[in-house]
Amino acid sequence: MLSTRPNLARDISIAAVALIVLLLLPYVWPSRMMNDLVIRVSAFALFATSLNLLVGYTGMVSFGHGMFFGFGAYAFGLSMQRLGVSIPTAILITIVSSALLGLVVGAISIRLKDIYFSFITLAFQMLLYSTVIAWVPLTGGDQGLMGGIPRPPFLGIDLSIESHRYAFAVTIMVVGLLILRQIVESPFGYTLRMIRDNTERATFLGINVFRAKLTAFVIAGVFGSLGGMVMALFVSGAYPEFVNWTMSGEGIFMIMLGGLSTFIGPAAGALILSLLNDVITRGTEHHGLFLGAVILLFALGLRKGVTDFIADWFRTRREASTRSGN
Amino acid sequence: MLEVKGLFKSFGGVAAISDVNIDFPTGSLTAIIGPNGAGKSTFFNLISGGLIPDKGSVTFNGESLIGRSRAQIIDAGIGRAFQVARIFPTLTVEESLLGAVTAHRRRAQNITHRFPLPEMRDRTHEVAEMLGLVEKLGVTSANLSHGDQKLLDIALALVLDPKVLLLDEPTAGMGPDERWRMIERVHELWEREKLTLIFIEHDMDIVFKIAPKISVLCYGRLLAEGTPDEIRTNPAVIEAYLGTSHAEAAV
Ligand SMILES: Nc1ncnc2c1ncn2[C@@H]1O[C@H](COP(=O)(O)OP(=O)(O)OP(=O)(O)O)[C@@H](O)[C@H]1O
Ligand SMILES: [Mg+2]
Repeated sequence: MLSTRPNLARDISIAAVALIVLLLLPYVWPSRMMNDLVIRVSAFALFATSLNLLVGYTGMVSFGHGMFFGFGAYAFGLSMQRLGVSIPTAILITIVSSALLGLVVGAISIRLKDIYFSFITLAFQMLLYSTVIAWVPLTGGDQGLMGGIPRPPFLGIDLSIESHRYAFAVTIMVVGLLILRQIVESPFGYTLRMIRDNTERATFLGINVFRAKLTAFVIAGVFGSLGGMVMALFVSGAYPEFVNWTMSGEGIFMIMLGGLSTFIGPAAGALILSLLNDVITRGTEHHGLFLGAVILLFALGLRKGVTDFIADWFRTRREASTRSGN
Repeated sequence: MLEVKGLFKSFGGVAAISDVNIDFPTGSLTAIIGPNGAGKSTFFNLISGGLIPDKGSVTFNGESLIGRSRAQIIDAGIGRAFQVARIFPTLTVEESLLGAVTAHRRRAQNITHRFPLPEMRDRTHEVAEMLGLVEKLGVTSANLSHGDQKLLDIALALVLDPKVLLLDEPTAGMGPDERWRMIERVHELWEREKLTLIFIEHDMDIVFKIAPKISVLCYGRLLAEGTPDEIRTNPAVIEAYLGTSHAEAAV
């Protein structure tokens, strides 16, 4: 009940512990591969968790969230390459420009319901993808942003050093998830749940559904683009596949694998999908086939994501023990 | 006072409400009756901003409600519950009510605090107590009994501090005992909160016992208005709706 509701202090403690563990990991277990995995998962965790603000919390199934991931990567990369700004300024530009993109795309898409909303977000993503491919002088077309992204040091942080890059990525991820956590546990987070559960009823309580959905869409877009930015820093470039529709599909997969009923589910899904990708790519040529089979197994076998499954298991156990205790 | 004048609404050429005029004085308790499809729920939708009338006026204390958003109509003091309970299935009773109060007090967009804001609790618990939902506060709404879901639907309207409360068949789908318990609660609510209460009801025993004033709708028209005795003996009402049994009972 309400008294055991997660409070901010508790969430901050958990985030701090997680951050410390992740920062110590390279010292305990020095491995290039591990570092790479953690950075990639950090980018995808931001991406999938921000998508779940729409899918899981608001009931808006966006098929175009990859647009923000790709946009973030290009916006950050181009700011660094073309404008010669500092990294904090480029981050700010990325945040502001992706918020604007979210505002425009959201204001149009949110007027449509259900599957029509899904389709129009997908259409917007394809539009952005085509633009990236076609606008060669700016984006490098299908070659992507080449020549590397400059990484001038700032505040004593030098992102051309691997360990700095690692620490930067996990910090952005943990802080980003902490902010998203605060949002879903705020009064606004509950407004979103009410809209998800019964939109019509919510309007009869005076809730401005359009405004709430648009706010959620913009917030999700900003955090999705931060995921893309982390990825751009990691690969020192931006590539059209970041903004392709398959990116959105992977976001949905992550949510399905990890589960959408717990906050951490999508991030767990990001880890699972990345691990699967790594293992499978190394082991077989039939990458898509194998991945598809695993996802089918989840969908048909568990009928939910991993964290949903664990949460249910704990709930059943607790209920069983309170019953036997009576 | 809530005044409805010359109200019209049709769906694809079929009139659901036509030329309805009714006044609801402040603090009154009115039952609306009529056969299925008479336009009763449509009438509520037109008052609460669920539908926009084709013609006519709805004014509350002299101010027009037509063309206002649902939020503005709530702020004006009009609250409603639904024929089929409309609730938030995955939220607990307490979360639902707190969420409603939060929206009503314009904090629905707040992201800097944790849910619930402490100042939302008093009204929530007051209303839960009035409707006998205190024991159920921690229950997920989807797991409530049918009757409790109807109560929650009413509670959701009530936490918004309405002056006028529209209840669309509060006893729908209930057994005889449960109906009376529900209607006693509603009656108590009307007295305690000094509401202008309008309810739609099919059970004539309840209507004749509870409502000082009754309005009869039939095919979208206001067939009759009056006290229980007037309605019971009104030939047009007997013909169109009551049949003879209630009329005989009055004799
Ligand atoms: N949104 C709508 N679109 C089209 N037709 C509608 C709509 N709402 C109501 N109607 C029609 O208007 C008429 C009146 O319906 P309404 O629901 O108001 O009746 P009611 O008196 O509440 O009936 P009941 O006692 O069965 O609840 C019916 O013929 C119904 O089919
Ligand atoms: Mg009805």
